[in-house]
Amino acid sequence: MAKVTNSSKQCMVNPLRLSQPLGAALAFLGMDRCLPLLHGAQGCTSFGLVLLVRHFRESIPLQTTAMTEVSTVMGGVENLEQAILNIAKRANPALIGICTTGTTEVRGDDLNAFLAIIRARHPELDSVQLVHVSTPDFSGAFQDGWAHAVTRMIEEIVELPAGLREPRRVNVLPGSHLTVGDIDELREIFEAFNLIPVFLPDLSGSLDGHIPEEFLPTTLGGSTIDDVRTMGNAAWTIAIGAQMRGAAITLEHRTGVPYRLFERLTGLSSCDEFMEFLSRVSGASVPRRYCRQRGQLVDAMLDGHFFFGGKSVSVAAEPDLLWTMTSWLHEMGCEIQSAVTTTMSPLLEEIPTAEVVLGDLEDIENTAAGADLIIASSQARQTAERLNVPLFRIGLPIFDRLGTAHQTTVGYRGTRDLIFSVGNLLISATHEPTPQTWATASAESSQSSTEHLSLPS
Amino acid sequence: MSQLNQHVQLVFDEPGCAKNQTKPAQERKKGCTKQLAPGAAAGGCAFDGAKIALQPITDVAHLIHGPIACEGHSWDGRNSKSSGPLLYRTSFTTALAEQDIIFGGEKHLYQAIGEIVAKHNPPAIFVYQTCVPAMIGDDIVAVCKAAAAKFNKPVVPILAPGFAGSKNLGNKLAGEALLEHVIGTEEPEFTTPYDINIIGEYNVAGELWQVKPLLDELGIRILACISGDARYHQVASSHRARAAMMVCSKAMINVARKMEERYGIPYFEGSFYGIGDMSESLRQIAQLLVARGAGAELIERTENLIAREERRAWDCILPYRERLSGKRVLLITGGVKSWSVVAALQEAGMILTGTSVKKSTATDKERIKELLGQDAHMYDNLPVREMYRMLRESKADIMLSGGRTQFVALKALMPWLDINQERHHAYAGYEGMVALVREIDRTLANPIWEQVRRPAPWEGNPLGRNVSVEVA
Repeated sequence: MAKVTNSSKQCMVNPLRLSQPLGAALAFLGMDRCLPLLHGAQGCTSFGLVLLVRHFRESIPLQTTAMTEVSTVMGGVENLEQAILNIAKRANPALIGICTTGTTEVRGDDLNAFLAIIRARHPELDSVQLVHVSTPDFSGAFQDGWAHAVTRMIEEIVELPAGLREPRRVNVLPGSHLTVGDIDELREIFEAFNLIPVFLPDLSGSLDGHIPEEFLPTTLGGSTIDDVRTMGNAAWTIAIGAQMRGAAITLEHRTGVPYRLFERLTGLSSCDEFMEFLSRVSGASVPRRYCRQRGQLVDAMLDGHFFFGGKSVSVAAEPDLLWTMTSWLHEMGCEIQSAVTTTMSPLLEEIPTAEVVLGDLEDIENTAAGADLIIASSQARQTAERLNVPLFRIGLPIFDRLGTAHQTTVGYRGTRDLIFSVGNLLISATHEPTPQTWATASAESSQSSTEHLSLPS
Repeated sequence: MSQLNQHVQLVFDEPGCAKNQTKPAQERKKGCTKQLAPGAAAGGCAFDGAKIALQPITDVAHLIHGPIACEGHSWDGRNSKSSGPLLYRTSFTTALAEQDIIFGGEKHLYQAIGEIVAKHNPPAIFVYQTCVPAMIGDDIVAVCKAAAAKFNKPVVPILAPGFAGSKNLGNKLAGEALLEHVIGTEEPEFTTPYDINIIGEYNVAGELWQVKPLLDELGIRILACISGDARYHQVASSHRARAAMMVCSKAMINVARKMEERYGIPYFEGSFYGIGDMSESLRQIAQLLVARGAGAELIERTENLIAREERRAWDCILPYRERLSGKRVLLITGGVKSWSVVAALQEAGMILTGTSVKKSTATDKERIKELLGQDAHMYDNLPVREMYRMLRESKADIMLSGGRTQFVALKALMPWLDINQERHHAYAGYEGMVALVREIDRTLANPIWEQVRRPAPWEGNPLGRNVSVEVA
């Protein structure tokens, strides 16, 4: 339906896009006892670190190979080696997730070769899983980096299936747009169908804001290497978000586990489809609690539609999140006034609006005037303020709100709560009528002439 | 030698820096940046430092020439306030793509500058070099020159790619860019014998505005603050000031020293943090101005103001004494600020149990010893795990630190207060110290601490604290 265009500007203004290495790093952060390592200058790590810390309000384990001008030109194998040794010694992680950056990609550091050299030199590192992923920050965006990192973990860690399949076990590959709260909600749903989900990655274990006994320099919680190694024994793989299709296919090729992709899990029909699928693969009927939640969602749609119908909304988000939000808004009766995203996706053409721009937040600012609502990350706060349009915060980073990790939008309950929070924002932005609201054209001109007359001299 | 290398050598050999000058010649050349340890490094890069130092100039368009990560991850992150223009909060970047890497990004950069001029027509554009264009050899100095000629306005290249070194080095390289391209290029509308520059103050959370009313009352004009709440024109004409104060330790010492060298503007190193330091700074400003021709009565007026403000501040802090007396504070921060606030905390009856001295000079350490006595712990490097253990064992009642260690404290169920760059409260001047004591009290008095430390009733007592249990 939508025309997909590239912003023709040479100067990006108020960026929406985040980089591939950061998306990859976040995927690694969903692994237990992991320390992601960005292969680049130390700023690459520190900027990303600060962004994630502000978003999650958690300390974030993230390291750097601290490339200098000289090592960048000469090649970074020594820096990488030192970094891995240092991390292994100080942090004792189960997994080091290595993400390249613009600098090391421009030089063309060959990580396969580097790691082979390092492995050969250091047998003491045998117990540490090393996974590297190519994530130049001059191409792609955050969700691409996340998806690549998950694919690379499947390639490096998943073993060929041995013995019988475990019929209750399902692999779940969540896209980068799912929050800690979303994953918790999904786990509950799977378990209600008596299924055993293994998430790759699982931010709900590592970044859910728990209080640890000891302060570790790695992640504490998340999927374990063993969970991932045995993914080939599952009966199904469920991928959430189109960005995860590649990872799901890789897993299928490797292990023969069939996959089912859900492009979104927000909205009545998407949830129905999901529940029906789970009922079919588990052989269990839909638990009563979800029948009840479905009813609550229907009721919320009935109560909420008064405030959504005919409203104009501008949305800026990564493709899968954009797809989720615009589809759901469309189902609630909203018009999508404008849509901006960060990277290519097959879904973009399907988005229910005239045009989707691969652009920045200036593109939203230029198109969202008069809209009833803007949906974007906190980085749109200045834009929304200038346009005097309320902002509903989604995605990453959200640094000026509490509880972002637990914001839940999947399932019947998540959709219901989303209707409530967005609906409340729309309600509070309702304009009160004044005697002039319905003034006729002539009345308006006489009004202004009166005003003119009453002005002092 | 490349232009960047020359600049790096230049700022490393800094005669104004006491620490630098005590080193032997060979070491001095190596500079003050510690060799970064891959896999065990923390902190920002040179580009980060350059942007921190210059972005507070509010009416300039700051254009970052690099791939998306450099600007996309960091924009709208700092809390420098403006009393007027807001252009500095709009983010501009060339967001380099694959074609730029292959064909070079110079044309892209030039066009980006043109777009900014067309949309915003700012008084100047600052163009920040980053690692990738530095690697592929984009000559941003030439592009800036061409753009400046074409658009007839200053387009200033800031050569501080991330891989050049640390954040501190970036501060200095930013200073070099100002010295080379900005300072002395315009003239102020008028001058007075009461004109000063404040160098290295970024107006975080509006802290400059806690100081400015005092200077206003004394009739002292801030000709330029470099760079908090500054306008381009102010910085460009700052060479006409009579005296300067250098804030924020050594970040922009090269600017202060070279302005003294070139324009004869004497400077002193001072701080707005802490009541004593604030008074001392006002005193020094007055003395420098009088030495350069301001009326001698300024000194007396300054002393009167200091007496009044100090009395008022101590009076405000006094009521907290009873509540805060004996509370133990762990102060973890970079260098200078540590001892600046110690006096105020002590005045409120608090005890410093330890402080970090990672960035402090030998003189700083002596001063800390003087203030705290021999018993205080000085940590050169306190590993996070160790810090967590200390806090869990309640070796302090509150920790004051930067955002980096925020969650170490909070996860240890320890009251914590942000005193670093990202802070949202302003702690400068007399008002600021009162605010700091008030914030500490507000934090410590919060009833959550007692609740969150109590284990769940069905659990043991993981923190080893005594919890009395009553069964009805």
